Amino acid sequence: MIDPTPSLLVERCGPLVTVQDVGRFGYQRFGVTPAGPMDPWAWRLAVRLVGAAGNDAGLELGPGGLVLRVEAERARLAFAGAERALAVDGRPFPWWSVLGLVRSQRVEIGPALRGVWSYVAIAGGLGLSPVMGSLATHTLTRLGGLEGRALRAGDRLPLTDSEIGAGLPDLALAAPPPEPEGPIRVVLGPQEAWFGKAGIATLLEGTWRVSPRSDRMGYRLEGPRIEHARSPNIVSDGIVMGAIQVPGSGQPIVLMADRQSTGGYPKIATVIGADIGRLAQVGVGGAIRFRAVTFEEALQARAEARARLEAALAGLEPVACSGRLDAGFLLSVNLVSGVTAGEP
Amino acid sequence: MSEPASEPFRPRVVPVGDSAVLLELGETIDPLINAAVLALDAEIRSLELEGVIELVPTYRSLLVHYDPERIDGRVLLARLSKLDLEHPGTPPEGRLWTVPVAYGGEFGIDLEAVARRHGLRAEEVVQLHTGPTYRVYMVGFVPGFTYLGGLDPRLYTPRLDDPRPRTPAGSVSIGGIQAGIASLEIPSGWHLLGRTPVRTFDPERTPPLLLEPGDRVRFVPIDPATFDELDRRAAAHDPLIAPEPA
Repeated sequence: MIDPTPSLLVERCGPLVTVQDVGRFGYQRFGVTPAGPMDPWAWRLAVRLVGAAGNDAGLELGPGGLVLRVEAERARLAFAGAERALAVDGRPFPWWSVLGLVRSQRVEIGPALRGVWSYVAIAGGLGLSPVMGSLATHTLTRLGGLEGRALRAGDRLPLTDSEIGAGLPDLALAAPPPEPEGPIRVVLGPQEAWFGKAGIATLLEGTWRVSPRSDRMGYRLEGPRIEHARSPNIVSDGIVMGAIQVPGSGQPIVLMADRQSTGGYPKIATVIGADIGRLAQVGVGGAIRFRAVTFEEALQARAEARARLEAALAGLEPVACSGRLDAGFLLSVNLVSGVTAGEP
Repeated sequence: MSEPASEPFRPRVVPVGDSAVLLELGETIDPLINAAVLALDAEIRSLELEGVIELVPTYRSLLVHYDPERIDGRVLLARLSKLDLEHPGTPPEGRLWTVPVAYGGEFGIDLEAVARRHGLRAEEVVQLHTGPTYRVYMVGFVPGFTYLGGLDPRLYTPRLDDPRPRTPAGSVSIGGIQAGIASLEIPSGWHLLGRTPVRTFDPERTPPLLLEPGDRVRFVPIDPATFDELDRRAAAHDPLIAPEPA
């Protein structure tokens, strides 16, 4: 019996797969964390690939894989972020693509080949109930998404519209979106005065490893000890994604999507928006270096990141292989010449 | 009476990365500083600035989150640096909430220890804790955790050296010179005096959150049977309490 609600069935699921949207804003004054994507640029790319109709809820994948079964007349999914093997009914498709799918097709997404976080955007979004205006999952407070938790095998994700995307072509990026090289850029502060010149130099000259104790809340970094010039406690104030707080241990923590809304450790610097996704994609054990830039340079870097996103989207081209078993289409792209060798 | 609210004040205004601006008014816990933070919060909210997403007032600072895709951070920084502000002086009286608390026993496992530490009887600790009208300085850490100022100095109690990894939702506690109401089960090194059946945060209720910075809080003791009755109603998303207007 086919479930009458158009949905995506989660057949297999690694850990840390959650429903996310842009994030839950407007409630940080009440202690509610925005959550949202760890790599906001990759998430934006996925949303742009699928188009902006409906809500923009999709899935964030941790390093493991995911298998979805389409239980709807149609679904249109886009894939971006950390590169993975992608197959529909066993046929490989390029990552960084947007594909139209039909009932009972099986979408297999492998583990991350490099990087950590990937995104599956869904045309029309998901038919779940928003909590405080958002579907973003915050597992620590069990808010949003599907019952406020990570997905597991057997979950059904209701679609809002099972006819969306009918007739649209399958497309893929001509080339993966380029990433800037070099150290992760930071703007110093807001509490750099809590650290002497030596403490700031340690941050900027050290090489940092991402600790296994890292998660969506924060990336704990291991490296040389950052000395405080003043107390390692401040009267709590607000926190942004990318804030680098340094507790008494001298080992910095970069606060990420699931961060607490306020905190009482001094923040030596803030990772700039253009580089936060790049930092998020450094896995456990990966090395990080930092470089200080000015506020103006941070804004310039953001403009460049935006331009890279647009350039990547401008390079969309038809997918050279269809997930549909359509002989005419397969012949047209010359993939089945061997099979048709019996013809004159 | 309050002093005339005429003292101008100028926050330290600094960019925080490229998606927020911090306006800092001090580094301490002080009702005058907090009142200035809330005045600044109200002022900036009233401007309805394009691209500003949300404001986070804390004890002594205001964080302005903005969308850098919708507003140039330099423009916002300049605008916020030029605000012409007058210090509100003594904070105005906020809305008053009366919060029921079951003290001691399983509800407040530290009540006896706090009493012994200060040479008081448990009932005296309850009297001292229910005596003041507290000020909500901020809500943070997790949804609905409410930081209160105004604790009777006879109850100032250093935090536990070894914080507990879990404390019950609804715990009413004291830590150092502060008092608090926990919304969720959280790790805490504060001393647990009691529990309230009130959910300061319930995502399935409208509104999900109750207390706001600047509000006032009084505690009123209830017995275990009343707690159980109120707790059942709260589980069905009854807020249980409503504020008296300012």
